[in-house]
Amino acid sequence: MSQSQLSTKHLLGIKYINTDDINLIFKTAQNFKEVINRPIKKVPSLRDVTIANLFFENSTRTRISFELAEKRLSADTVNFSAASSSVKKGETLLDTVNNILSMKVDMVVMRHPAPGAHHFLANHIDANIVNAGDGTHEHPTQALLDAFSMTEKVGNLKGKKVVIVGDVMHSRVALSNIYCLQKLGAKVMVCGPPTLIPQHMSSLGVEVEYDIDKALAWCDIANILRIQLERQDIKYIPSLREYALYYGVNKERLSKLDKSITIMHPGPINRGVEITSDVADSEHSIILQQVENGVAIRMAVLYLLAGVRGSE
Amino acid sequence: MARAKTLLKNEQFRLTLDRLCYEIIENYPSAREKCIIGIQERGVLLADRIAERLAKLEKGSNMKVGKLDITFYRDDYRLRTVPIKASETDIEFSIEGKDVILIDDVLFSGRTIHAAMAALQDLGRPSRIELLVMVDRRFNRHLPIQANYTGLVVDAYDEAYVKVEYHNIEEEDRILLFSAKSSK
Repeated sequence: MSQSQLSTKHLLGIKYINTDDINLIFKTAQNFKEVINRPIKKVPSLRDVTIANLFFENSTRTRISFELAEKRLSADTVNFSAASSSVKKGETLLDTVNNILSMKVDMVVMRHPAPGAHHFLANHIDANIVNAGDGTHEHPTQALLDAFSMTEKVGNLKGKKVVIVGDVMHSRVALSNIYCLQKLGAKVMVCGPPTLIPQHMSSLGVEVEYDIDKALAWCDIANILRIQLERQDIKYIPSLREYALYYGVNKERLSKLDKSITIMHPGPINRGVEITSDVADSEHSIILQQVENGVAIRMAVLYLLAGVRGSE
Repeated sequence: MARAKTLLKNEQFRLTLDRLCYEIIENYPSAREKCIIGIQERGVLLADRIAERLAKLEKGSNMKVGKLDITFYRDDYRLRTVPIKASETDIEFSIEGKDVILIDDVLFSGRTIHAAMAALQDLGRPSRIELLVMVDRRFNRHLPIQANYTGLVVDAYDEAYVKVEYHNIEEEDRILLFSAKSSK
């Protein structure tokens, strides 16, 4: 019998789970996808579970997606955002979380600007922790839903070529995607202006390409990232217009290829910068499927983590 | 593996299957639509066999066949040491206002059927739900649930384990009684 339980009690990052875990999450997400397409989109699986959504950093899509996933599993939820909380009054992360946990919370979904914040918490508290993004480090559920959407579109990812385009330096999506795709046997390339590609990228076993046209000609799937101006403390690119000119994915670039490639974007899209509208809305784009799959993947992750029995 | 006692096999098994089918035919005039829904995973195997026999025994049998997964509806999910794996729910028709016959291989505590009824409610409001099981372990119930159609009644201790095997999956059609559930 194949595995029916995750090997870990937290989802801190894709780096810390194995290929069997990923496949189990996909299989379960498929079942949940059927559930969320029913007239009654709700199952009672986690009705005895309380989940705290702690967002120390802004988010719309991920937060709504997690909340919907929790509600469709019948879990009770409490929401917290840093802007309206005691964090502003000087409380530490551990104190904040411990206070919330003493109200009997079973799981914590957290987004935090500091890389590693989730690891720190995992060492100090008992609840299951789901990383919803930690700084520029990892964003595991996004990588899972990206890979899940890819397998839906092109089948098994073994040997498939995926290029990640754009602001790799500031993207947690890029790192999680690289780990996830490699664990599923895909070949990964990153492409972007040299200033936005970290120096030691090749040590992760990915190819680096600075010419967008060559990268697009190589790949089967292009995952296009947003330019994260809010994380850029200095000027990495002269202007958005220049970025759009040299790295923007547009119809003209794609029509030069002798094949059609699948287009993905984790959102939010800056239309006309990293991707043009005609590409984002084209038949080869699976951007909205990614969002739909996000709910199913997050349901699967929460459901499976709730089922992991601690070693104590 | 623990030693097994065979309770029913081959020809006897098929006769029992036929009897269950005739009981259904008796209760449902052929024009009346019925939905045969197997519970994942082993109940689906029995549902397929029942549907196949019904189609042969009854001319113009009016039925629809589906699979129901109840994993997400179980009330013991977080109590188990090893979680059960989810399977697919495949019901390509509306059960609203229909007659549903739920099918499972062994009726033990009644909790599976309880969860299955909750799962069905989320798919619509059937006018009636009936239950068909191959084996009814009548002294092991935790809930007030009874089957409408029963293949074989087995009286055994709680620790005992009953397995229904099918010739197209295992080697032959038979019902086995083990003194304890093996750790397989």
